[in-house]
Amino acid sequence: MEKQSSSVVVRLLGSLVGYMRRFLFRFLSVGPIPRHMAFILDGNRRYARKWKMDDRMGYKVGFLALMRLMRCCHELGVKYITVYVFSIENFKRRPEEVQTVMELMLEKIEGLIKEEGILNQYGVRVEFAGNLKLLSEPVRIAAEKAMRVTAHNKSLVLVVAVAYTSTDEMAQAAQECCRDKADRGSQQQQLVELADVERHMYMAVAPDPEILLRTSGEKRLSNFLLWQTSNSVLYSPAALWPEVGLRHLVWAVLNFQRVQPYLHKRRNHLYLSTQQ
Amino acid sequence: MLDMDFVHLATFLRWIESKALDLGDRMQKGYKRIWSSGDLGLYLLWLIMHLIVSIWYFAVDLVNSLESYLISSGFMKQYKDLDISKVRYLAVVLDSEEALDTMKVLELLRWLTVMGLRNVCLYDPEGVLKRSKDALSLWLRSEGANGDALVKQKYLNLEVISFTDGKHAVAKAANFLLKKHYVNADAEVPELTESDMADALAEIGYAAPEPDLMLIYGPVRCHLGFPAWRLRYTEIVHMGPLKSMKYGALIKAIRRYTMVRQNYGT
Repeated sequence: MEKQSSSVVVRLLGSLVGYMRRFLFRFLSVGPIPRHMAFILDGNRRYARKWKMDDRMGYKVGFLALMRLMRCCHELGVKYITVYVFSIENFKRRPEEVQTVMELMLEKIEGLIKEEGILNQYGVRVEFAGNLKLLSEPVRIAAEKAMRVTAHNKSLVLVVAVAYTSTDEMAQAAQECCRDKADRGSQQQQLVELADVERHMYMAVAPDPEILLRTSGEKRLSNFLLWQTSNSVLYSPAALWPEVGLRHLVWAVLNFQRVQPYLHKRRNHLYLSTQQ
Repeated sequence: MLDMDFVHLATFLRWIESKALDLGDRMQKGYKRIWSSGDLGLYLLWLIMHLIVSIWYFAVDLVNSLESYLISSGFMKQYKDLDISKVRYLAVVLDSEEALDTMKVLELLRWLTVMGLRNVCLYDPEGVLKRSKDALSLWLRSEGANGDALVKQKYLNLEVISFTDGKHAVAKAANFLLKKHYVNADAEVPELTESDMADALAEIGYAAPEPDLMLIYGPVRCHLGFPAWRLRYTEIVHMGPLKSMKYGALIKAIRRYTMVRQNYGT
């Protein structure tokens, strides 16, 4: 009897919280909502050390935070989310650590793409951005499968940046442009235009982000979306990634709404200047 | 004297007029939104939320102004010793409209010189600073010449760039690589790496150091299109609008940077 009543109370409380969250999002939506938000998931290992867990637990809690945030963004009406999961620089870490992250990634991808998994439930399409050739075979195959299986979903696009750095992205885009122009193979000199470079970027699957949020209070981009953040608000809350929550999202969106007219004007200026 | 007052008055009245027009525009947009969403209550809640945020920022600005005053007056002892050698290359990003105020830019450069910085890169998206670069260099040099022997040695290496030195430079580098590796169709084409890209950028004249620290003077914490190739591990700090820049805030930002330890991904 007691267990039943306490579970009813918990459910009621949960519904109340959910109702309040949706109401909050309703009046946030009076102003402009960012179409694309990018996140640098920094602080999982620090969180693990803080709570005396091992790194693997830290990453798992970080994954739960990601799912929580993804749900909030979906409710708010954000259309694209990009997350920086693994940088090319991170391959320089200790092999056991790299192995831990890769195993966890494999486990989570396989869990997510199941029929009853969260991705299909929320209509999330997954894209992997990065130099996938650098990943181990099982992870790469799982990533390609995830992209295939969720290709029909239309509610939200989750771009996972893995084996990614901006400088590598630019070099690869230049390479693809050159190959493209060379393949066209004609006598006349074909020139590479800015639009060609942008089309061949890994991040061409999404528009430029309006907000880039990096946790742990770090104030640098660490080779993430350097090209795409020309008109993005950069926000660095002090919280570690697993601690990130609704309040950070709301604060980021409020700050974005304050400066959106200025950014909109800048974006138009940029568009006009690239046309010339 | 009277002329100056009249000019000031006219400028002030024009400022009021532009603010009133802005407000009128916003109210019109707001009314349109209300009629389309049909919910006055929600709109009011949203306005109240933003009002609270604005009050918060006003309070934060007040506290920061006080702190800047205390720092620049020398009351806060921990700011007296600054290890400026840690900032080997400083980037300053300015909003193009604010960059039109050349005297303010000059004042900022003077402060940076006094603090001991030698290598500064100025960036604004539309190239306003490129037009005033000659004037700035001339002024700086003349100040150096007029001052005492100590000041004479303090010359600033000034680099001035704009949006075209960013994305367009990468496209030009791609063209350079196309001509270099792909024109001869029979030759074996190598896998292009990041270092090939860096070399290509250097060959076409875009080789420049990566800044350690970037200060943004503008309404938003946004790098406004600074050359992506040079931003990898740059610490980015937002300083607020140029017209309300403070020496104390500058010292605080630089000191904070010198206390940070970087992981570089490992």
